[in-house]
Amino acid sequence: MKTICFYFQIHQPFRLKRYRFFDIGNDHYYYDDFQNEEIMHRIAERCLIPANRMMLDMIKSSGGKFKVAFSISGTALEQMEIYAPEVIDSFKELAATGNVEFLAETYAHSLSSLGDPEEFKNEITQHKNKIHAMFGVKPKVFRNTELIYSDDIAELVYANGFKGMLTEGAKHVLGWKSPNYMYSSCVQPQLKLLLKNDRFSEDLSRRFNDYSWAEYPLTADKFISWIAATPESEQIINLFMNYEVFGSLHPAESGIFDFFRALPRFAADNNISFSTPSDVFNLLKPVDCVTVPYPMSWADEEKDTGSWLGNVLQKEAFQKINEISERVRLVEDRRILQDWNYLQSSDHFYYMNTRHPGGGFSPYDNPYDAFNNYMNVLSDFISRVNAQFPETIENEELNALLTTIKNQGEEIEALQKEIEKLKKKATKEKKVK
Amino acid sequence: MKALMFGWEFPPHILGGLGTASYGLTRGMALQPDMDITFCIPKPWGDEEQSFLKIVGVNHVPIVWRDVDWEYIKQRFGKVNLDPQDYYDFRDHIYADFNYRHVNDIGCIEFSGRYPDNLLEEINNYSIVAGVIARTKPFDIIHAHDWLTYPAGLHVKSVTGKPLVIHVHATDYDRSRGNVNPDVYAIEKNGMDNADHIITVSNLTRQTVIEKYHQDPSKVTTVHNAVEPLSQEILSIPDKKGVKDKVITFLGRITMQKGPEYFVEAAAKVLQRAPNARFVMAGSGDMMNKMIRLVAQRNIADRFHFTGFMKGKQVYEVLKASDVYVMPSVSEPFGISPLEAMQCGVPSIISKQSGCAEILDYAVKVDYWDIEAMADAMYSIITYPAMHEFLKVEGKNEVDNIKWEYAGQKVRHIYDQLLSR
Repeated sequence: MKTICFYFQIHQPFRLKRYRFFDIGNDHYYYDDFQNEEIMHRIAERCLIPANRMMLDMIKSSGGKFKVAFSISGTALEQMEIYAPEVIDSFKELAATGNVEFLAETYAHSLSSLGDPEEFKNEITQHKNKIHAMFGVKPKVFRNTELIYSDDIAELVYANGFKGMLTEGAKHVLGWKSPNYMYSSCVQPQLKLLLKNDRFSEDLSRRFNDYSWAEYPLTADKFISWIAATPESEQIINLFMNYEVFGSLHPAESGIFDFFRALPRFAADNNISFSTPSDVFNLLKPVDCVTVPYPMSWADEEKDTGSWLGNVLQKEAFQKINEISERVRLVEDRRILQDWNYLQSSDHFYYMNTRHPGGGFSPYDNPYDAFNNYMNVLSDFISRVNAQFPETIENEELNALLTTIKNQGEEIEALQKEIEKLKKKATKEKKVK
Repeated sequence: MKALMFGWEFPPHILGGLGTASYGLTRGMALQPDMDITFCIPKPWGDEEQSFLKIVGVNHVPIVWRDVDWEYIKQRFGKVNLDPQDYYDFRDHIYADFNYRHVNDIGCIEFSGRYPDNLLEEINNYSIVAGVIARTKPFDIIHAHDWLTYPAGLHVKSVTGKPLVIHVHATDYDRSRGNVNPDVYAIEKNGMDNADHIITVSNLTRQTVIEKYHQDPSKVTTVHNAVEPLSQEILSIPDKKGVKDKVITFLGRITMQKGPEYFVEAAAKVLQRAPNARFVMAGSGDMMNKMIRLVAQRNIADRFHFTGFMKGKQVYEVLKASDVYVMPSVSEPFGISPLEAMQCGVPSIISKQSGCAEILDYAVKVDYWDIEAMADAMYSIITYPAMHEFLKVEGKNEVDNIKWEYAGQKVRHIYDQLLSR
């Protein structure tokens, strides 16, 4: 019996406003609220709300057989809370059905897995806490930003307590192997992997609305028959995509919603079920291990990280945030830590890419503009971080000093408690006398 | 003394230093009581200052006869602050049938007033119209600013026989680092060959004119540019710098001629020693993206900022926020911007290959390619307060005595000599 594992990515960054050189040191608010709100409203209206309603209907009408997984970044959740709280409610409703799994990821949908293990760990914890606070569940399966994965990342993810992870089924990694099985990591065999079926996923996310595609129009009947026609032994079809396929990448008029509603019926006819990643990890055993020495992602033809860290601009910006991160971790100022989170989002780096002419989703005119703006903001941010502590003190020394201060504080507190206790005792004894 | 001048730019709508120099020079010359200047520009906007000269908009001079109502012309010329009577005077002096050319409803040719792709066509149109102006306006001498207007000057000279002075603000050797455009060179050479006198903005340019354009040295005179005193409005711009760090600024078009890459390399060197310095590259140009990449490669992007194109008051805002101004031009005929920086009390580092180096004593001069020396100068100005203070005070004194009035007198002297010949 085959099973389909659906997972949808939902992410929104905090886009930056036009931040000039003269704003450095004068203005510490970096975000384009108008644009962020406008985009969030649009996505909520066109995609999130109707799609969530559809998912709920499908779960109910299938009698609990339909299952999906979501990975919602922390920044997206924050924007929903601010601009479209009704979306949060609908996710809560979905969570209550028990047929929806929430995956763990980095809080800001960041690239920290490629540059800063410590930061990576912090962000995962932050995201886990956020999900738990909002939906009352603890995510058990990990999904990295844009499905970025390598052997090094596998070690990190396992060290952070995950037994399962989703990633891309890139051709250059799998070769002749099929993505329709469960694999494990060669460097960390305890970490099981689900690989994206690129063809079937892209049929939905990219080609569904493409008039020039030979298979256009795609019907649920046809799509399920393709899946059913895969070899008998291939048991799991992983369909990973951006949630924005509903209503945003493909407008509602394209029929994407109706297509989706029809899937469970045809799947049932062909004896195909739906599962969440956790179900699959419990059900199946890995058939083989995969080794990925260089990071891969689900992006572009190349399935690599070149869209985020490909050119000198991106590398420079990424290096600069990694240089300051150790210092930032010593800071306790909440606004600085919040800005730090928002500046981590991979989108800021994506806007600097020179691979896609026109930028692709970029709010900037060109990658150089994106770079200048980000660096101006980062420059102000760095000076704020440096203003927290004297710059001449090295991080290690500073850390030691801060620990001493903290320990002494605790000690003083303890001693004060004791004094009070003794005082009370003394007054009691006086009374007794 | 009546002078008919041809120019391409005039403040406040300027694209480069040519407009600023044209304005300053004419203003300085107008201080002479008997000087009467008519200044032609391709496209006036109406907000040009006309208190000391008369502007003629070349796009408002008819070359084809049209029967047009006085009220209509009055309304149309009023928009750009021109005298409607001129239209009828010009219309009486149309000298040939230009019906085959593309003209608008009042018989005039349209101009962009910028540097469009069909620049050569605009230059040609400009000289056609100049023929009409020359036949209408009375004048004693012709003065053409920069190569764009040389053909017009030559045309007017051949029509009227009056002496022609051409003013070389730049040559194509400066703009192209030696790879001259043959079309531009031909226009420049032709203009110089047939001019009665050539004024250059520096000895550096004079040398180029003599050596590369093979002109008779006795025909070429240097009249250095000057600066207008700053207005109170500009002097009172506050320093809006939000950081305590020292700011070192490059301001100008980011093109090959201006040597931006030497600035970046020097910045990288300075930052090794003075990690708290900040660098600003203000302006835009075809090498901007390349410079952004270079900055990223040198790992100094958090200390090196690009502002994009700056205009009007913004230029002075940047200067006011700066501690050092650097102009590493590979070849600069004059370069007015360091003088403006020094007026704002900002110490300047300039390349020896710029014309203004000839008249400035209180600016640091280095070879444009010598990034070590440039870095050294930047470092000492931001590190040693005495050095900064000295250059600030003495530099300001120096530029305050460089006046357009004196430049105007030199030009007048050349006019007088030509007319008494």
